[in-house]
Amino acid sequence: MSENKNEKLKNITEKEDVLLNVKNLQVSFDTYGGEVKAVRGVNFKLDKGETLAVVGESGCGKSVTAQSIMQLIPMPPGRIKSGEVWLDGRDLLKYSDKEMEKVRGKEISMIFQDPMTSLNPTMKVGKQIMEALIKHQNMSKSEAKDKAVEMLKLVGLPNPERRAEQYAHEYSGGMRQRAMIAIALSCNPKLLIADEPTTALDVTIQAQIMDLMADLQKKLDTAIILITHDLGVVADVAKKIAVMYAGVIIEYGTYKDIFYNPKHPYTWGLLLSVPRLDVKKDLRLVPIEGTPPDLIAPPKGCPFAARCENAMKICKEKMPEEIKVNGSEEGEHFARCWLYHDLAPKVDNPVTKRRAKLNE
Amino acid sequence: MNETLISVRDLKKYFTVRGGKTLKAVDGISFDIHKGETLGLVGESGCGKSTAGRTIVRLYEATGGEIIYKDTNINKLNKKQLKDYTRHAQMIFQDPYASLNPRMTVTDIVGEGIDIHNLYKGMERQKRIYEILELVGLSREHANRFPHEFSGGQRQRIGVARALAIEPDFIVADEPISALDVSIQAQVVNLLKDLQDELDLTYLFIAHDLSMVKHISDRVAVMYLGSIMELTESNELYDNPLHPYTKALMSAVPIPDPDISRAKKRIILQGDVPSPIDVPTGCKFQGRCPIAEDICRVEEPALREVLPGHEVACHMVKKP
Repeated sequence: MSENKNEKLKNITEKEDVLLNVKNLQVSFDTYGGEVKAVRGVNFKLDKGETLAVVGESGCGKSVTAQSIMQLIPMPPGRIKSGEVWLDGRDLLKYSDKEMEKVRGKEISMIFQDPMTSLNPTMKVGKQIMEALIKHQNMSKSEAKDKAVEMLKLVGLPNPERRAEQYAHEYSGGMRQRAMIAIALSCNPKLLIADEPTTALDVTIQAQIMDLMADLQKKLDTAIILITHDLGVVADVAKKIAVMYAGVIIEYGTYKDIFYNPKHPYTWGLLLSVPRLDVKKDLRLVPIEGTPPDLIAPPKGCPFAARCENAMKICKEKMPEEIKVNGSEEGEHFARCWLYHDLAPKVDNPVTKRRAKLNE
Repeated sequence: MNETLISVRDLKKYFTVRGGKTLKAVDGISFDIHKGETLGLVGESGCGKSTAGRTIVRLYEATGGEIIYKDTNINKLNKKQLKDYTRHAQMIFQDPYASLNPRMTVTDIVGEGIDIHNLYKGMERQKRIYEILELVGLSREHANRFPHEFSGGQRQRIGVARALAIEPDFIVADEPISALDVSIQAQVVNLLKDLQDELDLTYLFIAHDLSMVKHISDRVAVMYLGSIMELTESNELYDNPLHPYTKALMSAVPIPDPDISRAKKRIILQGDVPSPIDVPTGCKFQGRCPIAEDICRVEEPALREVLPGHEVACHMVKKP
């Protein structure tokens, strides 16, 4: 990035390396059953070139958060009730549809879980990459064609010239996701949102794709929001992690904070409920009993209280604020949990306890 | 525990696909399942693991080979004998949404097997259904509800209850947890483990999630393109994988511990799994294998025991 542009950025963002700042995002869907409060006040920041992982189970609002950043949720029934999404000093939620078109694909790109349904089956793959280049980079057809082939080569497809002339059904699952990445990165966006990019893929292909994304991130200095339910994938690539539950971020911190010193009982539950390939001792999995709350009528207190072993009276009555907890020096670590109120009793952290046990 | 319950010998299942070609979904696999154990069957999509499971409970007719259940050859059973076999061998399916009839109540679903096999009648039957529901962690209030009233994890419990209702001793669980959220997966896995201890069940546990398979299984068989590449005790498989495919597979599994996971050396396999319609000659893995030599391209390696209880199908693995 040029000196000049850097200078300009410094003036418009509060901190020069913040790329994206989401403030109090609230998104609802109006359904026959009532208003589904899918996202209920989400705050996070993302630095340039950094990877943030948003982790959570189905229905926790992680995809809706991502789609709201891009304004991709169908409205109606969707509705962004409040919030701000600052990208490089501009609030995207104030943008019109037309203005957003200039942001999508150019400044922010997205890849999805199922590459087969997100690629156009009636259009050659090369042409799908060219689309964005012609629209956003004002390239001529032949320039765009060359660049499309170059992109396919960059994402590691053998025979890119021939592959550009093929349709999505002629690709394997892994190749389709590579093509999606080629489309997403063709205009060199500042931010790539990857919504469960490897969930539909086999592990060996997953390893290829994660490897590719990390490699391209280094080359192109793209920031990534990785949305996933798989803590294993997160452990490899994320710098910061946001754990979502019932429409709120219940814990946020660096990857070390979340994996080695997590504070929220839900994060404990997630970590203790997955088996580990590298652990020989057959520790019984600790499931989280119960199911997530219904977001049509979310509980007024902490949404996890009903499943939480440590729940106190206050938990069922009032939603906890984002309480700063002592994490590592390199960034903020907060948890939405009453256990970190001054008056709350001390509880043992089962994750650090298990680590100690495993290290014995 | 070494009493063999099911013995699979050179089992083959071919499908004829468009253009008269043959898809070799399962291409000559052999293994024993001991009484009371869990045998894990892992592999990537399309490797034939589900087809193998379905053929073993005879949802598919085998193209070749034998399945021996307690001295009976399953493939040769007539309709009446088969009904008797299905009393002993049941299946749990992957998708708890698609595998339960939406127009049947839980009582109907769980009771169907009891009726087919004429096990209990009237009050006895209802009592038995309540018992089973409680056994899988549901309650009798759930008995008159329909599947759509349940969450994914609860539906999978209904699937388990249905399988258990007729007191089988062998259960094929085909990806029973992959459609569930992580926190719910642990609930179902613990349930399966507890039921195994309580009822002395034998499982064939089919899944693509290696960590989960290792956790639940006593022994694990790794499949690739219709063949078993490696079969051994589950800790041994992780500590000492011998087949290059197993090694790559193990290294690709992400571990939810950043320090370990980031330090881990990954073997990234090139390319994709070939189509089972057009299987490579020689070893099925040779096209992607980092250590393949000439013999691998010509001759298909047989599964052989190289260490006690550790079988591998690879020319390059030498006996110590």
